[in-house]
Amino acid sequence: MTDAPLLTARGLAKYYGHRLGCRDVDLTLHEGEVLAIVGESGSGKSTLLGLLSTELAPSAGSVTYRMRDGATRDLASLSEAERRLLLRTDWGFVRQHAEQGLRMAVSAGGNVGERLMAVGWRHYENIRSEATDWLSRVEIAAERIDDDPRTFSGGMRQRLQIARNLVTRPRLVFMDEPTSGLDVSVQARLLDLIRQLVEEFGLAVVIVTHDLAVARLLSHRIMVMKSGRVIEQGLTDQVLDDPREPYTQLLVSSVLAA
Amino acid sequence: MNAPVTASSMPAITYNFAYLDEQTKRMIRRAILKAIAIPGYQVPFASREMPMPYGWGTGGVQVTAAILGADDVLKVIDQGSDDTTNAVAIRTFFETTAGVATTTRTQDATIIQTRHRIPEAELKAGQTIVFQVPIPEPLRYLEPRETETRRLHALADYGLMQVKLYEDIARHGHIATTYAYPVKVEGRYVMDPSPIPKFDNPKMNDSPALQLFGAGREKRIYAIPPHTQVVSLDFEDHPFKVQAFKEPCALCGATGVYLDEVILDDKGGRMFVCSDTDHCSTRQAEGHTGTMSAPYQEAAHD
Ligand SMILES: Nc1ncnc2c1ncn2[C@@H]1O[C@H](COP(=O)(O)OP(=O)(O)OP(=O)(O)O)[C@@H](O)[C@H]1O
Ligand SMILES: [Mg+2]
Ligand SMILES: [Zn+2]
Repeated sequence: MTDAPLLTARGLAKYYGHRLGCRDVDLTLHEGEVLAIVGESGSGKSTLLGLLSTELAPSAGSVTYRMRDGATRDLASLSEAERRLLLRTDWGFVRQHAEQGLRMAVSAGGNVGERLMAVGWRHYENIRSEATDWLSRVEIAAERIDDDPRTFSGGMRQRLQIARNLVTRPRLVFMDEPTSGLDVSVQARLLDLIRQLVEEFGLAVVIVTHDLAVARLLSHRIMVMKSGRVIEQGLTDQVLDDPREPYTQLLVSSVLAA
Repeated sequence: MNAPVTASSMPAITYNFAYLDEQTKRMIRRAILKAIAIPGYQVPFASREMPMPYGWGTGGVQVTAAILGADDVLKVIDQGSDDTTNAVAIRTFFETTAGVATTTRTQDATIIQTRHRIPEAELKAGQTIVFQVPIPEPLRYLEPRETETRRLHALADYGLMQVKLYEDIARHGHIATTYAYPVKVEGRYVMDPSPIPKFDNPKMNDSPALQLFGAGREKRIYAIPPHTQVVSLDFEDHPFKVQAFKEPCALCGATGVYLDEVILDDKGGRMFVCSDTDHCSTRQAEGHTGTMSAPYQEAAHD
């Protein structure tokens, strides 16, 4: 590990026509660090995640990333081929809706193996054993390897998404509400797994959630968004135990009331 | 040079040579030239309505119409046969609209329009084979979005194609794709060879003939110029293999050719015969026989 940040955003803004998505966002993320982005619906969390992950083009500002070769690059300067390679090797993206993060008509093994084949793996048994290994890491039974995700429960689909992303050992994973819509017990198991993988692989994570309990469990640092801007940020425990902004206090108290 | 030809069956109507007007032919020829310049790349073209349904290979018909000259000798096959309804209709179409000579003999043809086969006789320099293509996009199976498949081709991003073969092995224990088996052309573009049996894939590699592909409904033309490398995709531990047949052709005894199963009766009787009818009859005329050859046919040769 080095002291240089992995991901840095400066003056990031996104407008959808005249409507504000988010603005004036600065952030740095180091290797192995988990950052939670919280805030009410429409506050700009997904927009920010889209900007950081190059899925959206910023209206202003820039994002830089320290590549595997050590060079820090402005993401806007990457060629489409470089950007795609980054997205499927050094990055992962776990989505709220599994249909957007998985190929629903492709077997679990094919879903996990896709990234390997995309980077040139051409030995079927090797791909399969790597996929089997990853399925077991995310607690999916090996005999489900040829089943497609349509036959999987919500929790299994999320775990399969995680395996599909982690198979190339990325250093940075984006997650947008990975646990919402799941039963509480299923959520708890998934959070446990994410925490364990983050630790084992030293993953850096940017996780968007409206659930402060998720933020508290997983993240080191937290950013609170309101109306497209970051209004408060800091160490997760500090912000949640001693929120300075009235808006954050409201968010925290509504959790306590829940 | 391409004088209007009067259709004998419809004396009242005159067609331009080979039906299409000269402007349309020039547009198609430009697409063909571009396709030849970028082997395996799908070139969009303004596909025209032809006086036959799309399922009849209007893409191939338009390509043939655009390259046909008065001196050409045309052969048309469907599944290897010169005399199915489809093959006869297209052959008659060009006899009527272009007045060109036609043949069933592979060696004598300068242009071969085909649906689903490459002839058994080796093609020669100077010959052009025109394939009728229903679905030109090999990535369609896993990625229905056209904008995305174009981007994948542009970036030579073909992991998805490998996923399709992976799925095949996972489901069937081997690569079960037997038709329209994807190939990589000159190390660059992945291409759908049209629904020919994978048996024919090796014939595309380093062929001395020009290979043109036309998809009418999908408005795409692509090409393999002579002596171009064409490699069938596979895995290291599941290498590409062509179909093998246990028995020789029942009529001409040929081996190493693609055979069709013919049901003889309702008691399970069947035989395997050459799918390439010209190849089979040529061999029979040369005196080759198979297990089902009638004895008098041998006698007839004196
Ligand atoms: N594609 C879009 N076109 C127009 N406006 C958009 C688009 N996406 C988001 N917005 C707007 O940008 C603002 C921020 O939306 P965003 O989706 O980033 O919020 P969010 O915090 O992720 O909300 P949620 O918790 O509901 O997912 C909202 O006002 C939203 O209406
Ligand atoms: Mg959102
Ligand atoms: Zn035969």
